[in-house]
Amino acid sequence: MARIESEVGTRGSAIMKWIDDRFPFTETMKYHVTEYYASKNFNWWYIFGVLAMVVLVMQLVTGIFLTMNYKPSAVEAFASVEYIMRDVEWGWLIRYMHSTGASFFFIVVYLHMFRAMLYGSYQKPRELIWLIGMLIFFVLMAEGFAGYLLPWGQMSYWGAQVIISLFGAVPFVGEALVEWIRGDYAISDITLNRFFAFHVILLPLILVALIFLHIVALHHVGSNNPDGVDIKKNKGPDGVPLDGVAFHPYHTTKDLVGIIVFLMIFSGVVFFAPDMGGYFLEHANFEPANMMATPEHIAPVWYYTPYYAILRAVPDKFWGFVLFALSVVLPVFLPWLDRSRVKSIRYRGWIYKMALSVFVVSFVTLGWLGLQPAEGTYVMLARIFSVLYFAFFLLMPYYTTIDKTKPVPDRVVYHG
Amino acid sequence: MTDDVDRNRRHFLTVATAVTGGAGVVAVAIPFLASLKPSARAQALGAPVEVPIGSLEPGEMVRVMWRGRLVYVLRRDEEMLSRLPESKDLLRDPDSAVVEQQPEFAVNEHRSLKPEYLVIEGSCTHLGCAPLAEFEVGPADDWFGGFFCPCHGSRFDLSGRVYKGVPAPTNLRVPPYRFIREDVIMIGSDAGAA
Amino acid sequence: MVKSIRLATAFGALLLTCGVYAATSVELEPAGNDPDNINSLQRGARNFMNYCAGCHSAKYVRFNTLGRDLELSEDQLIENLMFNAEKTFETIQATMPLDQAARWFGQPPPDMSLMARARGTDYVYNFLKGFYLDPESPTGVDNRVLEGTSMPHVLWELQGFQTAVFATDENGVSHFEHFEQATTGSMSTEEFDEFARDTANFLEYISEPVRSTRRVLGTWVMIYLLFFLVIAIMLKKQIWKDVT
Repeated sequence: MARIESEVGTRGSAIMKWIDDRFPFTETMKYHVTEYYASKNFNWWYIFGVLAMVVLVMQLVTGIFLTMNYKPSAVEAFASVEYIMRDVEWGWLIRYMHSTGASFFFIVVYLHMFRAMLYGSYQKPRELIWLIGMLIFFVLMAEGFAGYLLPWGQMSYWGAQVIISLFGAVPFVGEALVEWIRGDYAISDITLNRFFAFHVILLPLILVALIFLHIVALHHVGSNNPDGVDIKKNKGPDGVPLDGVAFHPYHTTKDLVGIIVFLMIFSGVVFFAPDMGGYFLEHANFEPANMMATPEHIAPVWYYTPYYAILRAVPDKFWGFVLFALSVVLPVFLPWLDRSRVKSIRYRGWIYKMALSVFVVSFVTLGWLGLQPAEGTYVMLARIFSVLYFAFFLLMPYYTTIDKTKPVPDRVVYHG
Repeated sequence: MTDDVDRNRRHFLTVATAVTGGAGVVAVAIPFLASLKPSARAQALGAPVEVPIGSLEPGEMVRVMWRGRLVYVLRRDEEMLSRLPESKDLLRDPDSAVVEQQPEFAVNEHRSLKPEYLVIEGSCTHLGCAPLAEFEVGPADDWFGGFFCPCHGSRFDLSGRVYKGVPAPTNLRVPPYRFIREDVIMIGSDAGAA
Repeated sequence: MVKSIRLATAFGALLLTCGVYAATSVELEPAGNDPDNINSLQRGARNFMNYCAGCHSAKYVRFNTLGRDLELSEDQLIENLMFNAEKTFETIQATMPLDQAARWFGQPPPDMSLMARARGTDYVYNFLKGFYLDPESPTGVDNRVLEGTSMPHVLWELQGFQTAVFATDENGVSHFEHFEQATTGSMSTEEFDEFARDTANFLEYISEPVRSTRRVLGTWVMIYLLFFLVIAIMLKKQIWKDVT
């Protein structure tokens, strides 16, 4: 018995050797999986990277199956979505997974980004990871935007109308730019067709490539941790960081728990509240696009509303556009705006803690305001919170310098 | 940590997780694969079709579509029916022994419900070309009239039975059908109410 | 267990539902319908086919789907619902041709497949009950939830006609107060409410026929995930015993 096993083992390793001579399989697996050491004191904030990966795979798979029945034409698009929902066996499940996945992609990515802000994960030497991450976020926004036009409902149409018109604020070339994006004098079949191409081919390709780079960069410098301590400074005699544990089996088994909890929440929405009360699937989008009538109340999907609220807070088309763009782009500069000597919020002073809290409140409130009609108190509030939003970034070089920090321990804090 | 109890428990849990997760993946795969089956619309479009045959003269044939497939309805006259036994020795499957090629009611010499009416799929069992109707006898002395496939030369008799020595392996397929009235054939259903 | 999961998610969804149907500023009376009530759906289907389907299509809805979900046999379908259709796999088309409808009403009557999902079931319910006499309107009536509608009061024989009472507030803006019955129809107020409720219920059902399927399946998915979660937690604890 033992002899047979060892023989099988030999044959197996012979095959592995044959492959490894031609392709760095074992080496890659070791580098990225079995011998990639990440801190043992990760808390649950560290689940969102993996969850983003899970959602990505889900979106790709459901997306491919949706394209098999979806028709990217102004005449047929709306009906083809209903065809998927009603006539295609299990089509409803695939569609709900995709529409729910879109919202969850943003939930997960926002929390993933917030984690980086909590623990200074964008600081040296991880600036490139952050930059690539921001690029991923931009592409994701474009991906979501292009995808939202595809059902060709009222919100699809008018939402796209509003956002594309934004580019008309660009001086001199604005109007030409808008026509170039639409490919027509109004949003039309042509626009839908090209957005479909962006959504299913161009942007996903870029997205996957960027995520690949994101992970390569991460594994090159190693993961941060809730203490912001460099675990590579303390290595054992075998060269393994004393505070690190291998990605597999330690982080994989831990991540699995997080993934299952995530899937429970996700399934809760897919099976019991796929509209999520009109936030994930907007009611007006169940009416086919009608060029003759704008819905009374029009707002983008929830994940764009913080930026949309900033846009509306400015009573000028050009400056509204500028501040809107700035609010999206500003986080890119975080690695250089943050002058703190420490990474983790655990060792920062009260000023940064307060600033970050104000930022979170501003971001969430702006998101809520973006869903409200643009009138009266709402506009006033949007202006106040827009100022706070920008202040968080623009004043950062100042307040992170004067903020009193606590001494950072040599090793990570871990209560087994 | 590595006492035996722990190691067994660890092994068990690893397997249990893998099996449960694997079962989940399989369960998720089912709806995705099932979504590729004909949809409700495809089924509606593939529903049985009614073919009126009241005006079909003896010796005449009509072509109809059912589920995107070509179906021939041929009204054979007495003379044509009398030719059926003649080619018997030249045929590969004269008794319609290959079960899948026809409903049970068509396992007979005329391969049909009523001897007069032949209902047959116009799709050569070799590679799917539409056989031509060549009902006249000759000029070759082994041709008693039937269907001839122009793509690769397969030959079938007036009941759609395949000749020996041609590429097509089996007789032409008889679709399910029934007479809902004396002069209307419904192709695609052989039982139940309309 | 199963119930509590459903309850929790339903509660969560409820919290989020407040005020997202921003399409109408009119106060709506809740329809109080139950999409799990098959009898109500059957009555709603009958109402729809008898009173609505002449002008309104439900072009994404197939009769055989109705038959399956509303537990109707093929014969019952054909006898009770399929007045202008021959085959059970057909979709619900309006009897009146679209171009003629457009000529009579100014615009074709909208398709009803998704009306309840786009506007809300309460909207449908209130719309059905909301016709009142308006001598200035070409149809003689207007509707409380959709002012200026070109739809006539097709249900007048059942409901009778009512007049609307408006009150003017201190700013001089007039608000709807209540209805007063002008003529009686064949149904009592309660009977007509029930009629409107069943019909709205049916429209909610056809706006998402898969609703009950997904909830049943979702429960099983949750049970599976819970089981998987327990195993995964045990495995994680076991593996992490190595880490000190």
